Amino acid sequence: MDRPIRVLVAKPGLDGHDRGAKVIARALRDAGMEVIYTGLRQTPEQIVEAAIQEDVDVVAMSILSGAHNHLFPKVVSLLREKGADDILVVGGGVIPDDDIPGLKEAGIAEIFTPGTPTSKAIEFIKANIKRLA
Amino acid sequence: MDLQDRLTSGDSRALARFLTLAENNDPEAARIIKELYSRTGNAYVIGVTGPPGAGKSTLTDKLTKKLRQKGKTVGIIAVDPTSPFTGGALLGDRIRMQDLFTDPGVFIRSMGTRGHLGGLSRATQSAVKAMDIFGKDFIFIETVGVGQSEVDIVKTADTVVMVMVPGLGDDIQAIKAGIMEIGDVFAINKSDRDGADKTKIELEMMLDFSEKKDWRPPIHNVVATTDAGVEELLECIFKHRDYLMDSGEFKKRRYRNTREELINLVKERVLELILKDTGREYNIDDLVSRVLSKQIDIYSAAEEVLGKISG
Ligand SMILES: Nc1nc2c(ncn2[C@@H]2O[C@H](COP(=O)(O)OP(=O)(O)OP(=O)(O)O)[C@@H](O)[C@H]2O)c(=O)[nH]1
Ligand SMILES: [Mg+2]
Repeated sequence: MDRPIRVLVAKPGLDGHDRGAKVIARALRDAGMEVIYTGLRQTPEQIVEAAIQEDVDVVAMSILSGAHNHLFPKVVSLLREKGADDILVVGGGVIPDDDIPGLKEAGIAEIFTPGTPTSKAIEFIKANIKRLA
Repeated sequence: MDLQDRLTSGDSRALARFLTLAENNDPEAARIIKELYSRTGNAYVIGVTGPPGAGKSTLTDKLTKKLRQKGKTVGIIAVDPTSPFTGGALLGDRIRMQDLFTDPGVFIRSMGTRGHLGGLSRATQSAVKAMDIFGKDFIFIETVGVGQSEVDIVKTADTVVMVMVPGLGDDIQAIKAGIMEIGDVFAINKSDRDGADKTKIELEMMLDFSEKKDWRPPIHNVVATTDAGVEELLECIFKHRDYLMDSGEFKKRRYRNTREELINLVKERVLELILKDTGREYNIDDLVSRVLSKQIDIYSAAEEVLGKISG
């Protein structure tokens, strides 16, 4: 049996609802992935510890509160600190176009803004996971 | 350092990687367990089972916090169902355990059943061994909800906590046969809701009617969300552990479980031999065709397979 891709779907920051994160979590599950869903209001430290213990291939974060420029890069740098830089990090949510180059520079592999079909994210993940199956 | 040394030196990334190997049925996982087998058998294993949404994860979170206050380390294996159609799974038990993520004394792993029936995943038993070798004092296993015969947990855990909720009423009757045998300790969670006392009485009555044993499972009201009754529930678990130790039942259980596990391992390997081995003089699909065209009857076909693999 092929091993399923494991993805941590996390919602950093303080915004209070997770509809978007749940939609992507279900879409990834329906694409045959094992999705570890951790719920609302995660700190970067919590996300990174969970990603390590779950040995995921991908961390997918969604954010609406506008704190992405701080929180997304923080997760990437903590993963690097722990030697877990073979985990692919992607982000989604309400993110201005101007912020995207900086986030990619910081190590976020791709940013999906509202309206991106979930199939795009699924394709991207399948094509870009760093660990070989 | 290789994975084996990193595992024994308490590197949680190594434990995480080991669990992935075990889940993917990688022979390296079995090799490592073989090397370290003498270090297994020290952790106390608590199964948490019960209907979907009963509060298994919330309760596991609270029980873990109590154990941490007592200075104990904890491993948690949380199993959720894998979709048989897509192979995907939504593993959501961590939502209720957020405070534990950054506690270095706690290690949580979510697992999909990946086609395994019986309420656990195929890798659960190796995961228990790895967490045990890693040095965890207590290991919780949260099963998928009742309804999918969670027989596995009885064969894997030392104490099984059956989590119920008030007002199951007729449902209790329906699943009675299953639950009464499985639970060593009963928790009626969500006892902040109506009917908690009535449910307790109903359960007690069922215990009165079921076969008398040396250990009568205690039934305890709890509210996992507020922590009410959780300390007492943990005491019930400890009491059960003491009973097992004092009565010699602990050794008997571990004997029974090891026997089961051994037989299952052999079964699995034999099945692999039948289905996967290409170097043999028979082919399972050819045999099926011959059975269908009545060139051979199905019993003789089975004997042919057995003759070949035991030869
Ligand atoms: N009122 C009340 N709600 C509770 C209690 N314990 C848990 N809940 C709620 O019940 C819901 C399910 O809790 P979980 O801990 O996820 O239940 P579970 O049995 O692990 O669920 P599955 O793993 O999906 O089968 C959550 O919304 C909890 O907040 C309780 O004691 N009282
Ligand atoms: Mg749960």
